[in-house]
Amino acid sequence: MKKKLLSAILCAAMLASVLAGCGGNGGSGSSTGGDANAPAADEGGADAGDDAQAPSDAGDDAQAPSDAGETSGDSGETSYAILVKSAGNPYNKKMIEGFQEVMDAQGATCVVKEPEEASAEAQIKMINELVAQGISSIAIAGNDADALQPALEQAMNQGIKVCCMDSAVNADSRQLFVNQAGIEIIGETLMEAVYDITGGEGQWAILSATSQATNQNAWIDAMKQVMEDEKYAGLELVEVAYGDDEYQKSVDQTQALLTNYPDLKVICAPTTVGIMAAAKVLQDENSSVKLTGLGLPSEMADYIGADDTHSCPYMYLWNPIDIGRLTAYVSLALVDGSITGASGETFTAGDLGEYTISEAADGGTEVVLGPPFAFTPDNIEEWKNVY
Amino acid sequence: MKKKFSLKSITSSRETSLVIVLILLCAFVQFRNSAFLTPGMIENLFKNYAVTMIMALGMMCVLLIGGIDIAVGSTLGFSGMCASLFLRDHTQMPAIVIFLISIAVGTICGTLIGLVISYGKVPPIIATLGGMYVFRGLAYLVAKNEWVSAYQFTDGYKDFAQSKYLGFGLVNNLIIITILIYILFFIFFKWTTLGRKIYAVGSNAEAAEVSGIKIHRIKIMCYAILGFLTGLCGAIYTSLYASAQGDMGTGLEMDVIAACVVGGVSLNGGRGSVVGVFLGALTMAIVGRALPLIGVSQFWQTAIKGLIIIVAVILNVLAQRAMDKNNLKGREM
Amino acid sequence: MATKSGRVISAEKPFNWKQALLKWEVFLVIIFIAVNIMNACISPYYMSVNGLFTATSSFLEKSFIVLPMAYVLLLGEIDISVGATVALSACMLGISFNAGMPMGAAVLICLLTGSLCGALNGLILTKFQELAPMIVTLGTQILFRGIAEILLTDQATGGFTKVAWFKNLYWGKVGPVPIMFIIFVICAAVFGVIMHCTTFGRRMYAIGSNPLAAKYSGIHVQKIRFIIYTITGTFSAVTAIFLASGMGSARSNIASGYELEAISMAVLGGILTDGGKGNFPGAILAIFILGFLRYGLGLVNVASQLMMVIIGLLLIVVVMAPNLNLGRFFKKKGTRA
Repeated sequence: MKKKLLSAILCAAMLASVLAGCGGNGGSGSSTGGDANAPAADEGGADAGDDAQAPSDAGDDAQAPSDAGETSGDSGETSYAILVKSAGNPYNKKMIEGFQEVMDAQGATCVVKEPEEASAEAQIKMINELVAQGISSIAIAGNDADALQPALEQAMNQGIKVCCMDSAVNADSRQLFVNQAGIEIIGETLMEAVYDITGGEGQWAILSATSQATNQNAWIDAMKQVMEDEKYAGLELVEVAYGDDEYQKSVDQTQALLTNYPDLKVICAPTTVGIMAAAKVLQDENSSVKLTGLGLPSEMADYIGADDTHSCPYMYLWNPIDIGRLTAYVSLALVDGSITGASGETFTAGDLGEYTISEAADGGTEVVLGPPFAFTPDNIEEWKNVY
Repeated sequence: MKKKFSLKSITSSRETSLVIVLILLCAFVQFRNSAFLTPGMIENLFKNYAVTMIMALGMMCVLLIGGIDIAVGSTLGFSGMCASLFLRDHTQMPAIVIFLISIAVGTICGTLIGLVISYGKVPPIIATLGGMYVFRGLAYLVAKNEWVSAYQFTDGYKDFAQSKYLGFGLVNNLIIITILIYILFFIFFKWTTLGRKIYAVGSNAEAAEVSGIKIHRIKIMCYAILGFLTGLCGAIYTSLYASAQGDMGTGLEMDVIAACVVGGVSLNGGRGSVVGVFLGALTMAIVGRALPLIGVSQFWQTAIKGLIIIVAVILNVLAQRAMDKNNLKGREM
Repeated sequence: MATKSGRVISAEKPFNWKQALLKWEVFLVIIFIAVNIMNACISPYYMSVNGLFTATSSFLEKSFIVLPMAYVLLLGEIDISVGATVALSACMLGISFNAGMPMGAAVLICLLTGSLCGALNGLILTKFQELAPMIVTLGTQILFRGIAEILLTDQATGGFTKVAWFKNLYWGKVGPVPIMFIIFVICAAVFGVIMHCTTFGRRMYAIGSNPLAAKYSGIHVQKIRFIIYTITGTFSAVTAIFLASGMGSARSNIASGYELEAISMAVLGGILTDGGKGNFPGAILAIFILGFLRYGLGLVNVASQLMMVIIGLLLIVVVMAPNLNLGRFFKKKGTRA
């Protein structure tokens, strides 16, 4: 008896909540129907002073036929979302800051999402939440190139504009990729650095993030391709080690590299945690092995120097704040319809200047922020306080 | 007198089986890579795994009373982050103050968990699972998603993990601390009433309560001890790596628990020894260190690590069974 | 007061444990409703059928693990290898699919892989009964993920979206109801019935309360343990199928941390890790409480760091609350089922 009663209560509760959901939906559905026209006009009116907003409506209109009227998602207010790889990482934080700065200047609503762990599953969940909120655009730094495709396609079907920055999702799941620096350029730059530091010949190794990190894998592949050039014939890549972006494991791997390859000359670490760990190990052990790669200047300030007491003569990175800014301009332009993400289009990204969309290697389109920036002993002091 | 001796021989032989596993492991690695057993390498091993080794002792306290703590990774992150942030904003502070702050934060976290478990009657796994989320979230929140970078640490703090002044210029500071703590705990569990009480609570809580032991206090104390050591490790971790990140120590709890269990600590409580924990932690450290050295592909290393853990615990059981059988035989005759 | 045995023996069935059970259940229902009301208040987007059903798909795929995990916890044991089993099964699915097999066969291989993983856990644990499940499954967790890494190295295996029916497993809907939701309800019903209405279920309670007594009363304890670990593996593979369907691809690093989420759902539902206590509807309710809470907070874009703190506190407080309050009023009664 009691059990039946219990299950009855359960069913009732479930039903009630679902019904409430229905009712709520009916109500809000109709009200969004109203919203779709009224606040849109409202916003237009309120933001009349804002130039960016005026073309926005026109853009929506132009978009409507192609999407077969499916644009109901972004009914009235336009809000722009940024979804980074994970929380608790200063690099991502700086990217968000740049994004927010532009959005604030434009008077646009900005939604920030940081998954608690760097996984594709967490990002899919957040994409679903964003779609439910009727967001206008999603800018995403993908934790996995392919795994987000179904979720992002779903979002795009609802009329949401999708671009990615920092780490690309595959060509089918985005409209545009904001590339921090071309993959080939990074490969060439890092190879050139290795060539320069080794003096043209000798053993070198790579210390990467996890074996699944899409960015790092792309760069390593690019480096391997560049290395086929005769110029680099004297260089021998002995191992690609994975520190999993964990400090302790990166330290273990670095020390293992030093032990396994006594003739090692250079370690190249294209990941912020790995390069820090390697720098610390090399410096503590007074090793003659040198380090280069991609790292945050603030984290690496202690280790960059031309003399033998410092382990890293120079390294590279781009400005994450600028990536955030450029992504914000791309999001704005995609939503107001001034670009569609097709190759050859141009747009102005505030004081960053004018950018042209080009074909990306993976079949999609991209804008490239610029070549990676070198951090040397001369400029590290001023940059370590920036990011 | 005689009974005590035979008891001791069993416990010590339990560890003997682990020692044999360890020796085999080392011999194999040494055979594959002759650079393995060199003084520098061994020093690095103890230095880098001081954190796991120290925390394993604290975990043993908790496991002995039949509890478990999977929040230690987060507690380490939170305490280390608090201390590092303090150092960043007050650069004139000596290293010892930073260590004390980290220890204080860790102890508070541990005590809170102990309170929840003993007075709130929350199962340890769920209380510490909650704690794991809470402390990790707090670590991110207090740091505002920033890291504390190497240049923001004082030299005194960074040098602590690299210099040897506590070891009279012979042994690294961290190794000295580890050794001291192990000696302390060995004495604590062997010859103090409090230490024996922990075993009593673990092997039979009801009997312990009847005999006048205040179980709640013992429980809270054990979690506080673990918190204390975790806090200490938070400081050691940031000092050793000269960097504090919100996600540091993620997954460490499993390494620490594995170290304890490999070392023969029972998850049901009441069984385990300091020597065993040391050997267990050493096994985990050697596995972690040796994998990159034996020249197998990067992609095989995870699987091999898992296999080694499984084989180690199974071998331990087999050895134990063989010994029990022997003992039984002896008794029959 | 007997600590564990009282509630299992069928003679006491009519009153004692059902009442206690009802209490915890009602408590969960209240929380469930409270969560829904709170969410509806904080976000205008929350109360929509489509949104809610979409929300279920973001946590249901891992909830398939909760079903067998409830059994494992009921035995007083634990399995933390499920996340890695999911990853390995999904990788096997991708590998066999990309080797040219039809999707149906690949799905079978996936299920088989999961079952084998579970059976390995079961085998070790029944052959070496001295070993704690925690440490064995910790070892196999690392092992399974390692095998997945060996198989796929740094590559992803994908292209599942080409098969329409497979993609629809996660993304497809019947009316507003996702297909996954329907399958989940069916599975949950089957698991619930087995747990509460069959001798097998009763035996699980018996083992959980007192394995030794269960053994002497003629229950094949080891056989049941083996079966349950195998089922856990199988349903990890089911999660793998849905996850692979949702992501259209698989990698060796997916599904990390699923074990802890599954455990927290089951324990919040009242299935204690000591064994022998708890019931199924509670676990199902807990899945939806945690899922909807996360979704609601996500809709108002609560920072995930803060969300971690909230979820963590909720876990502790919910489990602690009845012990503190009810303990004062009903001193003699067990407060949780």
